[in-house]
Amino acid sequence: MLDIQRLEKSFGAKHAVRGVSFRLEKGTVLGFLGPNGAGKSTTMRMIAGVLEPDGGDALIDGKSILSNRREAQRALGYLPEGAPLYEDMTPPEFLVFMASARGMKGVARKDGVERAIADARISTVCDQRIGSLSKGYRRRVGLAGAILHDPPVLLLDEPTDGLDPNQKRAVRALIARMAPHKAILISTHTLTEVPAMCSRAIVVDRGMVIADDTPQALAKKSEDGTLEGAFTRLTDQAEAESA
Amino acid sequence: MKMWLREQFGGFTATYRRELGAYFATPMAYVFLAVFLLALGVFTWEASRFFDTGSADLAPFFVWHPWLYMIFLPALAMRLWADERSDGTDELLLSLPLGMPGLVLGKLLAAWTVAGVGLALTAPMWVTVNVLGSPDNAAIMLTYLVSFLMAGAYLSIGAAISALTGSQVTAFVISVVIAFVFTAAGWPLVLSGVKSVFGTGGAELVASFSFLTQFEGAQRGVLELRAVVFFLGFTAFWATLNGLWATRQRLG
Repeated sequence: MLDIQRLEKSFGAKHAVRGVSFRLEKGTVLGFLGPNGAGKSTTMRMIAGVLEPDGGDALIDGKSILSNRREAQRALGYLPEGAPLYEDMTPPEFLVFMASARGMKGVARKDGVERAIADARISTVCDQRIGSLSKGYRRRVGLAGAILHDPPVLLLDEPTDGLDPNQKRAVRALIARMAPHKAILISTHTLTEVPAMCSRAIVVDRGMVIADDTPQALAKKSEDGTLEGAFTRLTDQAEAESA
Repeated sequence: MKMWLREQFGGFTATYRRELGAYFATPMAYVFLAVFLLALGVFTWEASRFFDTGSADLAPFFVWHPWLYMIFLPALAMRLWADERSDGTDELLLSLPLGMPGLVLGKLLAAWTVAGVGLALTAPMWVTVNVLGSPDNAAIMLTYLVSFLMAGAYLSIGAAISALTGSQVTAFVISVVIAFVFTAAGWPLVLSGVKSVFGTGGAELVASFSFLTQFEGAQRGVLELRAVVFFLGFTAFWATLNGLWATRQRLG
C-alpha cells in the first residue's frame, strides 16, 4: 500500500531526512514517533507530494510520488501538522472545495462530504465558520477533509495534538473504524496513546529510522517496560552515538 | 492532449470558486470596491473636472485607470498566495492532485472578477454622459474592455510577487513598485529623460512596454491589436512566473 524507499532531504546544511525506508500494508496503523526535529513531518510532507525529496521515492498504492504525483496524491488522504484550514469557509464549504479539487462531482461529491461530516462528527458546527471553531473541531474538520475521498492510504500528522481526552477518544475510535480497510501512518508525540491506536511503531531520530516493531515489543526494550522508557533510551542512544 | 489539459487545469473551477468566495466572505472585496470607486470618483470629478470639460465622453475618467490600478490591484492580489503560506494552507493545496496552471489561473481570475465588478459598478458614469450628451458608446465600450485587460496585467504582477515573497505587505510594496515602472515608462517626463540618454529609438522601446502608451489608443476609442496582444501576453508572462515561483515551494 505504502512503500517508502530511502527518502532523503536536506535544508541547506541541515540533513533532515537520511534514507528513511519502510513498508506499510493495508490494515496496519503505524505510529511514527520521534523527538521534535527528528524529520517526521518532513518525511510525511515528502510522501504527500508537498516537498520534493532530494533522493528516494514513495509509492502510494503502487504509484510513485515523483513520476506519477497526481495519481499518487489521489490515493492519499493527508492531514498536515496543525491542521491548516481556510478560516473564512464553513466546514461543508471547505469539504466541497476539497472534493471538487479532487475531481469529485455531483452525487459522489455530495455523498463523500456527507459521509465525512458524519464520520468526523462535525454536523453540529456545519453553520459556523472554521475560524470560530475550537481546536478539537478544527482538527476533526481537517480529518474529514483527509478521508472524504475514501483513500486507501492515510497520512495523519499529529491528529490528536491539542485535543481534550473526549476528543482524543473520538479521533482514536474513528481511526480504529477505518483501520481494517486502509494503511494509516500517524505521527504523534503522545506515546501513551500509541499502544491503543497503533499496531506497529517506528522511531525516527536525526532523520533515520532507529527502531521498527510493535509497540509492545518496543516497550520491552526499556528497563521499566514502558514505551516512554524505550523512547527515551533509543533516542538518547542515538544522540550518544552521533556525538 | 485532452487528458493532459485536464490534468493541468483540473483544479481551476474549485480554486476559482474558493478564491472568489474568500473575497466576498470577508469585508475585503467590499472595502476594495468602495474605496476604489470613491477614489475613481474623486479623481474624475475633482482632478479632471468631469463636468467642466464640456464634451460628452469619459476621457477624464479613463485617464486615471492605470494610476489607480497601479495602487489598488496589487492590494487585491497580495493575499492570493501569501495568505496560503502564512496560514499553512499551501501545504493542503500542494497535497491535492491539482495542476499548477489551474491553480494560478483560478486565483488570478478570481481577483480579475472582483476588479471586473469594480469596473462594472462605474456604469453610472457611462449613463451620466449619455444623459448629458451623445457620446460614442462603441468607443466607450472598447475602452472599458481594454481597461479590463489592463487590470488583468496589473493583477498578474501582484499575484506572482505574492507567490514569490510569501508576505502580504512585502508583496504589496514590491508589486506597486513594479507596476509603477511599467506604468510610468510611458510618462512624457520619463520618456524625455530616456530620449536624451538613449535617443528616440530607446525612448520608443521603453514606451512600447508602458501601460500608459498601450492604453492610449483605447482611450481614444481605437482598437489596437498591438495593445490587446501586449496586455494578454504580459499577463501570460507573469502568470508563468507565478506558477514557477509557487512550484519552487516544493523544493523546500
